[in-house]
Amino acid sequence: MSRIELKNIVKKYGDGFPAVNDVSLDIADGEFVILVGPSGCGKSTLLRMVVGLEDITSGDLLIDGKRVNDLAPRDRDLAMVFQNYALYPHLTVGENIAFPLRLNHSKVPESEVRERVQRAADMLELNDHLDRKPANLSGGQRQRVAMGRAIVRDAKAFLFDEPLSNLDAKLRGQMRTEIARMQRSLGTTTLYVTHDQTEAMTLGDRVAVLRKGVLQQVASPRELYEQPVNLFVAGFIGSPPMNFLPARVAGDRLQLPFCEVPRPAAVGAEHDGKLLIVGVRPEHFDDAEVTDAPSGAVTFQAQVDVTEWLGNELYAYVPFEAAAETREQLAELDRELDGESMRSQLVVTLDAMSAVRDGDTAQLWFQPTRMHVFDPVSGRNLTRDEEKAAKIGQQAEVLRKRSLERARSQNAQTPAHV
Amino acid sequence: MGAMSTKEKTAWYVGALLIVLYAVIPVAYIVSMSFKSEAALSDKKFFPSDATWANYDEIFAGNGSDLFLPALRNSIITCLIATLIAVVLAMFAAYAIARLDFPGKRLVLTSALAVAVFPVITMVTPLFNLWRQVGLYDTIPGLIIPYLALTLPISIWTMSAFFRGIPWDMEQAAQVDGATSWQAFRKVIVPLAAPGVFTTAIIAFFIAWNDFVFGLSLTSTSRAQPVPAALSSFTGSSYFVQPTGAISAAAVIVTIPVVALALIFQRRIVAGLTNGAVKG
Repeated sequence: MSRIELKNIVKKYGDGFPAVNDVSLDIADGEFVILVGPSGCGKSTLLRMVVGLEDITSGDLLIDGKRVNDLAPRDRDLAMVFQNYALYPHLTVGENIAFPLRLNHSKVPESEVRERVQRAADMLELNDHLDRKPANLSGGQRQRVAMGRAIVRDAKAFLFDEPLSNLDAKLRGQMRTEIARMQRSLGTTTLYVTHDQTEAMTLGDRVAVLRKGVLQQVASPRELYEQPVNLFVAGFIGSPPMNFLPARVAGDRLQLPFCEVPRPAAVGAEHDGKLLIVGVRPEHFDDAEVTDAPSGAVTFQAQVDVTEWLGNELYAYVPFEAAAETREQLAELDRELDGESMRSQLVVTLDAMSAVRDGDTAQLWFQPTRMHVFDPVSGRNLTRDEEKAAKIGQQAEVLRKRSLERARSQNAQTPAHV
Repeated sequence: MGAMSTKEKTAWYVGALLIVLYAVIPVAYIVSMSFKSEAALSDKKFFPSDATWANYDEIFAGNGSDLFLPALRNSIITCLIATLIAVVLAMFAAYAIARLDFPGKRLVLTSALAVAVFPVITMVTPLFNLWRQVGLYDTIPGLIIPYLALTLPISIWTMSAFFRGIPWDMEQAAQVDGATSWQAFRKVIVPLAAPGVFTTAIIAFFIAWNDFVFGLSLTSTSRAQPVPAALSSFTGSSYFVQPTGAISAAAVIVTIPVVALALIFQRRIVAGLTNGAVKG
């Protein structure tokens, strides 16, 4: 149970390239923080610096207010789950879990070692496998053993380095909930690295988005989703990703490829005549045939190219011509987000009842109040509502504290269950 | 590879049989000779017509025993100690080479290789002179030291290959779990490298056990003379009789520990190699 503070952390490699640049992050006691970003953004490096496997070039790392920059990993008292689990193949599952305790032979008596291993095994349902070797386990079981090794010794914090990336999709979903459940019931400070935005959104109390070693935004999942600070965060969070459309400012109107919308108040008159980027989430579009457009909504006609019916919803793809000025910028952003889209297209998520099929001309509508407007050069979100964002943040913090307190009071009542 | 036709199978069996025969016949012939009586030694028959233990009697209890028994003892002591030292030293050296980045790492590896390819005979004469002056001539340490020079390079090379094969994550996991570098090495790396250690031990032991040149040149009496050198100074029961039978018997005896070692350690190696990996 600890607070971890990162202050202006920098990691430079031999060639002077900063893999992590000036990252400051304050992780509260019991908080679940996600480090997310596309591959190569420095998130794993940052985690390894926290645990002590990489040197910190400059900046301070504090655990419970104590500077630990120069402490060896073993003295930081953090538990880590590695991407490939790093189980000890020569030890049984039980001995793997007991390993951290056995290192302090004198401090932890054998009876307690057995009891704690048993408790971890109960929690992770590994009881039937304690005498087996890791080589004979399935991927999910190995993952659980790695978690058992982490929770067995009451470390100050848990660190996860892409723990689910080696599992198949179904198992990943199950283990994700398992990790969330474990963290909630133990109430241990957790730092979790992933490149998967679904994991980031579902698990984190707060999510830190990294881009090329620079922290973009640290906020609750809801704030990231509703009030992204820039183009990068907006494009990274959400699946399917946010649609980016070129928009020409003409007086108090914005001209989009399919329609015209009123210029939001946040976009000043000084932008008149300039080209901006408008972002609209796929799920904010609707089929006018299924649901009537409410007042204030903008309705437009679109030629649907391809549709994908998923049972609960329907994805429709609408190609459009992007203006040359923004095309380069958007292609660059796409590459950064590990994407490789060949054409500019609008993705809309429609109700599963929608009758729109490949080649149809559809009547679509969206609320202009829900769209974001970005500056194409700096990528800054012009329509971000700081007041709303702060409110979302406070609300998330209240909810987090409440669930943490609930978990701790429950633990106090039933100490047997870890 | 699909199912083999009967023809192909037969061809494989015949080929395998030929190779096995080629390897086994000389050894079998030595075993056969060791059971022949003096008179039958040159009878040009493969199997002894009158099998006898006389040659074994000769080397264990008879004239030859003064020469053979101390030599056997010397060989065992020298080779075991040399192997032990070589394996322990090579383990640390190989670990450092596989894990750490230090200046001169390549130099260590290339010089180890250079020593390994160095013709042994060129070292003998200088060593002979040096050993006589420093008092190591005809002593067991005087043999162990050159044996280390023979076994260390190959031991370092084999073991660093094994250490490199162990994922570094293992060790980092151990460190995060609270292990000191020494604990991580002893509790995680060494058990994982055990197959490599055993392989290296076998190779090192064989090299030392089979040495003839150093044994012959750096020793002169039963104080330190190993078996291969002692065999060469066997004499027959009379001036006119060749000691072939006794030498054959001794050869059979010294082969036994080698075969035994290989069989024992082979189990360990196979067990270690199939022990399971990091992930699926």
